[in-house]
Amino acid sequence: MPNNLTKTKLSNGLTVLLKEIHSAPLISSWVWYRVGSRDEVPPLTGISHLVEHMQFKGTPNYPAALMERAVARDGGMWNAFTFLDWTTFFETMPADKIDLALRLEADRMLNSVFDEKEFLSERTVVISEREGNENEPMFLLNEAIQQAAFRVHSYHHEVIGDLADLKTMTRDDLYKHYKTYYIPNNAVIGLAGDFETEGMLARIRELFESIPAGATPPRLARPEPEPRGETRVTVEGPGETTYLEAAYRIPSASHPDFIPLSVLDSLLAGPTNLNMFGGGGISNKTSRLYRALVDREFAVGLSGGSNTTTDPFLYSISLTVHPKRKPEEALAALDAEIERVQDKPVSKQEIMRAIKQARANFAYGTDNITNQAFWLGHAEMFAGYDWFESYLEKLGKVTPRDVLRVARQYFRPQSRVIGTFIPGGKEKK
Amino acid sequence: MITHRAPNSASHSLPGPEDIHREVLSNGITVLVRSNFNSPSVSISGYVQTGSLFDLDEKLGLADFAASALTRGTAKHSFDELYNELESAGASLGFDSGLHTTSFSGRALAEDLSLLLGLLSEILRQPTFPKAEVEKLRHQLLTGLAIRAQDTSDMADLTFDKILFRGHPYSRPEDGNPKTIKAIMREDLVKYHKRNFGPRGMAIAIVGAVEPERAADLVKRALLNWANPLQPEVPAVIEPKRLTSAARRHHKISGKSQSDIVIGTNGPRRNDEDYMAASLGNSVLGQFGMMGRVGESVREKSGLAYYAYSSLSAGVGPGSWTVSAGVNPGNTQKAAELIVKELERFAADGVTREELADSQANFIGRLPLSLESNGGVANALLTIERYDLGLDYYRRYPDIVNAVDQDDVVAVAQKYIDPQRLVVATAGP
Repeated sequence: MPNNLTKTKLSNGLTVLLKEIHSAPLISSWVWYRVGSRDEVPPLTGISHLVEHMQFKGTPNYPAALMERAVARDGGMWNAFTFLDWTTFFETMPADKIDLALRLEADRMLNSVFDEKEFLSERTVVISEREGNENEPMFLLNEAIQQAAFRVHSYHHEVIGDLADLKTMTRDDLYKHYKTYYIPNNAVIGLAGDFETEGMLARIRELFESIPAGATPPRLARPEPEPRGETRVTVEGPGETTYLEAAYRIPSASHPDFIPLSVLDSLLAGPTNLNMFGGGGISNKTSRLYRALVDREFAVGLSGGSNTTTDPFLYSISLTVHPKRKPEEALAALDAEIERVQDKPVSKQEIMRAIKQARANFAYGTDNITNQAFWLGHAEMFAGYDWFESYLEKLGKVTPRDVLRVARQYFRPQSRVIGTFIPGGKEKK
Repeated sequence: MITHRAPNSASHSLPGPEDIHREVLSNGITVLVRSNFNSPSVSISGYVQTGSLFDLDEKLGLADFAASALTRGTAKHSFDELYNELESAGASLGFDSGLHTTSFSGRALAEDLSLLLGLLSEILRQPTFPKAEVEKLRHQLLTGLAIRAQDTSDMADLTFDKILFRGHPYSRPEDGNPKTIKAIMREDLVKYHKRNFGPRGMAIAIVGAVEPERAADLVKRALLNWANPLQPEVPAVIEPKRLTSAARRHHKISGKSQSDIVIGTNGPRRNDEDYMAASLGNSVLGQFGMMGRVGESVREKSGLAYYAYSSLSAGVGPGSWTVSAGVNPGNTQKAAELIVKELERFAADGVTREELADSQANFIGRLPLSLESNGGVANALLTIERYDLGLDYYRRYPDIVNAVDQDDVVAVAQKYIDPQRLVVATAGP
């Protein structure tokens, strides 16, 4: 039992991961379902996210207001996230109050009501959420890029879904989605914090093991073919600021090349923080791209990063273009830097630096229980907890040649989408 | 029931006099340290006594510009060298200017605390404001302002402050506007720094994997010999004029799919007697659970908004009490009416006994969670220092919260919230 970790599977297929951490009188519990926007087809895009919202609308035992009130009264924090590959619900509670979270999650795995009236109201809340997103140029640009990058694979639409689908899907569509995917054999529960494993496992069995397993849900698996050339998209919108994004197809998180690509990300654009809570904050002002693009005034800011997905997704570099530059000039400067990592191996020191940055990010992520519990189930979604535990060790084995190879293999103009947000100009008063 | 093992009872995991090291140095710097060896990292946080209150109208944004420019080069390091030190260690250090103070925060692996404090001292005391870097930064700030001009939430807030605090320094945007940012010369930055940055009234909190004596010693080594005879006294804050009638203003931003609303009025200072009553009342109004009564009305029942909440902004000077929401432009009026109705009800009847008890339980119950991370504790220590709350504040906190009764809440609601004299600010198409 290394690191106080226990992993087991209940008779109904629910995977349980428990990790004792006695640093604070808190426990964080996360329930994960293998369902996300990549499991949706039109006209039901956005349904996973809307189902996630409806999971807060109550069961016969826990009407919405009661759930909300109980968690808040106990000083807990709770929320949920829907992503491309998964949906997750978490509660972090004072240790002696965690039972509430477990009862609630067991209950809503099976008994959510999906009341018609509540659904109609929540639909407009989500439409409002989407309208808020549409206010942001980078949301509009990302949506266009994702669509251009994935013609076949269902990663092609945003998690929040298309407005047309949000407006037309019905309560019964949602309920069916819920019943198909929210079953124990499609779920993982991970808890970290101030508990004793034996007692906690017994309680989880008591609450969850009687929930019946269902038919293993199908997963859409339409692999995206290799791109046959660069795609360019433009989005126009209000404002004065031009944004440019270059998105390269990269392999899934469980693929061995994801590791040298993480090193490359650190070198090019500063380290990506993989934690959900804590971590991050390390600036990128001495990354190669900052020096080449921001210091030399092609851009006023930049970021780069990827996601831990189950299927090949994108590595994106986003630039806020300098007001005195054209987007093509910024792209040319970006390309020159990409060519540099493809021409010559990076130094061993640069790799060491990336490893230290990753080590720091993980250390920052361990100063809260919520994030430590997050990793238990999150890593299960695309690899296994071992992926997380051995991450730094794997980084330590990356060589300059590995970085050179992945730079050449994945950062090819033929396998990228270039997106530009073109502003409509100054506001006329 | 779950058996859980608590190494400390919840009350003892909260910071208190016996585990907060507090020391005032001879040059006026207050040092606060609390050890936490659960994660191998440290967080630092603090402030110096200068901010945008000192800005002349024609150079508004000077303090903010200076805070950003501090790290652009020092007597010992260029911009790139400075960030190379930080980023190579996976550390971070950032500066931000507010009305009254310029704050800083950073973190590092515990092994790099001395590096972090050394750089902090250098940046605070010996910035050189290199001309080329100042010009680069100016473009970045101007782009930031262009992005701000497109942000419905930011613009609704600015519009609100302009009306509520008219004729008062709080009415001004701290980051200035394009005209004033263009008017700020390098010499202004140099002069401002020379005159206003000094150790008197500075506070620094350090939390993490370090012994208190060692942390305090490192601060002394870095900052004890800092002196600035020019440092001015902290100016007294004048009271803003109270509103005599309702005011409504719309800030037009074309092409947006969502508008933001801010409705509110004046609020208490952090040190006012009735602050806790206001804070608990605010929780019932627009925080508790899924955003309190406002969330219930605007989001849950009407489905008009993804977010709708109230907030109390209380600092050393007069504060504001606001309700904010993001809604479809066509629903602005409807949402505003619902919000005003909640404010009317709140001002007329206060809160029920049950609602108050819920929020009291929440305030007390969430303490362990809010004080879990190093950054959270560092901010808590600074709050104690800034508002002179006493090192035992978090131990006394449950009593302070529970001392508030329904009469206190209705009194503070009526003192500040006059439904006939609300500011309604909106931004959107």
